[in-house]
Amino acid sequence: MTIPWNIKEQFPLLSRTVNDKPIVYLDSAASSQKPEAVLSAMDTYYRQVNANVHRGAYTIAAEATEQMETARSDIAKFINAYSANEIIFTKNATEAFNLVARSWGVRNLGPDDAILITDMEHHANIVPWQILAEDRGFEIRWIPLGNDGTLDLTNLDKLLEGVKLCSVTAMSNVLGTLNPIRKISDAAHAAGALMLMDGSQYVPHLPTDVADLDVDFMCFTGHKMCGPTGIGVLWARAEILDAMPPFLGGGEMILDVKKSGFVANEIPHKFEAGTPPIAEIIGLGAAVRFLDSLGMKNIREHEISLTKYAFMKLKECHGDDIQIHGPSDIEKRGGVLSIAYKDVHPHDLSQVLDQHGICVRAGHHCAKPLMRELGVGATARASLYLYNTESDIDILAEALGEAGELFAF
Amino acid sequence: MPGLEDLYREIILDHYRNPRNRGELESPPAHRSEGFNPLCGDEVVLTFTTDGTTITDLKIGGQGCSISQASASMMSAAVLGKSTAEIREITKTFKAMMSIHEGEMAAESDDNATLPQVELPLGDLEALRGVVKFPVRIKCATLPWNALLSGLDEAN
Repeated sequence: MTIPWNIKEQFPLLSRTVNDKPIVYLDSAASSQKPEAVLSAMDTYYRQVNANVHRGAYTIAAEATEQMETARSDIAKFINAYSANEIIFTKNATEAFNLVARSWGVRNLGPDDAILITDMEHHANIVPWQILAEDRGFEIRWIPLGNDGTLDLTNLDKLLEGVKLCSVTAMSNVLGTLNPIRKISDAAHAAGALMLMDGSQYVPHLPTDVADLDVDFMCFTGHKMCGPTGIGVLWARAEILDAMPPFLGGGEMILDVKKSGFVANEIPHKFEAGTPPIAEIIGLGAAVRFLDSLGMKNIREHEISLTKYAFMKLKECHGDDIQIHGPSDIEKRGGVLSIAYKDVHPHDLSQVLDQHGICVRAGHHCAKPLMRELGVGATARASLYLYNTESDIDILAEALGEAGELFAF
Repeated sequence: MPGLEDLYREIILDHYRNPRNRGELESPPAHRSEGFNPLCGDEVVLTFTTDGTTITDLKIGGQGCSISQASASMMSAAVLGKSTAEIREITKTFKAMMSIHEGEMAAESDDNATLPQVELPLGDLEALRGVVKFPVRIKCATLPWNALLSGLDEAN
């Protein structure tokens, strides 16, 4: 099975025009578009089911709770979690990282400890640790960049000495690099460290199996995988979550509260204080069912084929005028194409492309340490998803030519 | 719909391709001021000398998009040899052209605000007027000006 040729029809936004041109949406690494299945699930929830969850014995409250918990189970299956209780709903991946830092980190990281991250992390996997390190005084180490946009793992064992947590993105949001998570995870475990995987760019695009990857924590976000904004996930092994203190305090996360103190609820509720984003959770549930119906293997194959086509087409049209950052081996990367084109500044490039209805992101992509390593201030990034086509790439390739002419020195 | 020709006027592209007063003065003795746009990574580094009242030399460093770099180049040409007071007026006029009216709320209660304002000629800078139609890019155009203002404040 392949991705249906007319899949765009299931995404209402992709039928609109921008600047009088049919939209060419190439910014799914920032946020994906939403299929009808997700929009209608959320709409139906608000129109027919809306009630607070885990409270009240009346029918629609029970239906809301059941829909939300069905979403949790479906999301657990989608990443092959051991149990639905290991799915903690957060606002986004950023909040999931902050949860780990503020709950697990506060208990486990002190002046003699270290954590290991990499030069290609998103700020969400950097700054929460830097904030915590100001209080707790632990060391933050970095796995350096190697050749062709990959990590240099030569000194991994040395870097892991004394490390309590290794936190690595499975796929770079700038370079598209697919990092060898299982290899790093094995080394981390051998060194006595836990392994956290940033799945924000990986889970939407590749089949994800947390058991096979053998990681201990994984953070990802809903809006990059056909789901709504405002919903992210922290997955972690149950025994780790059980041992962690609560993150935010309030309703829902307690079993009992007395003037003398509180008793925390069981997982996952221990980490879900307050009324959750119910519609967004139901929307994310619909999103994983939608992705499942297409098949994550098919989505990956579609994106490999499209990325190959993009490399071929862009080189064919622009030769040495265009440089694509990151791995040249398509099997080792996702469909994230950070482009340097002639000397045209990324901001100007995206402005010209916008006139053609093309949406690409220009900037540092929340990865400033990586941009410094690459020696650039910004890149223009075109990122592909299941609904993109070869025709989208053709329009991009042609429009780049116009930008080149306008800014030629 | 505003077109690219509204944004990328020939004179802007000329300043981008052939930036005026490019470089860096040794600081100290020169004053140094930096501006960053955290959204797009653009940066501008200004180094300038004053004789107490006027800017006697000014160099522009940094990197960024055509709008921020052209604006910096035009700014350097517009403010060299001008007094601090004149530069503040030019900046105010330029920002007004960018639809940024600082202190507008306060000015409304100020009787002086009703007096007719003298329009300063902006020369080449007029070419940046089209930026207003592309609101995302206004910050690019004003980046060097904000750096200059904070540099002047520090120099005082």
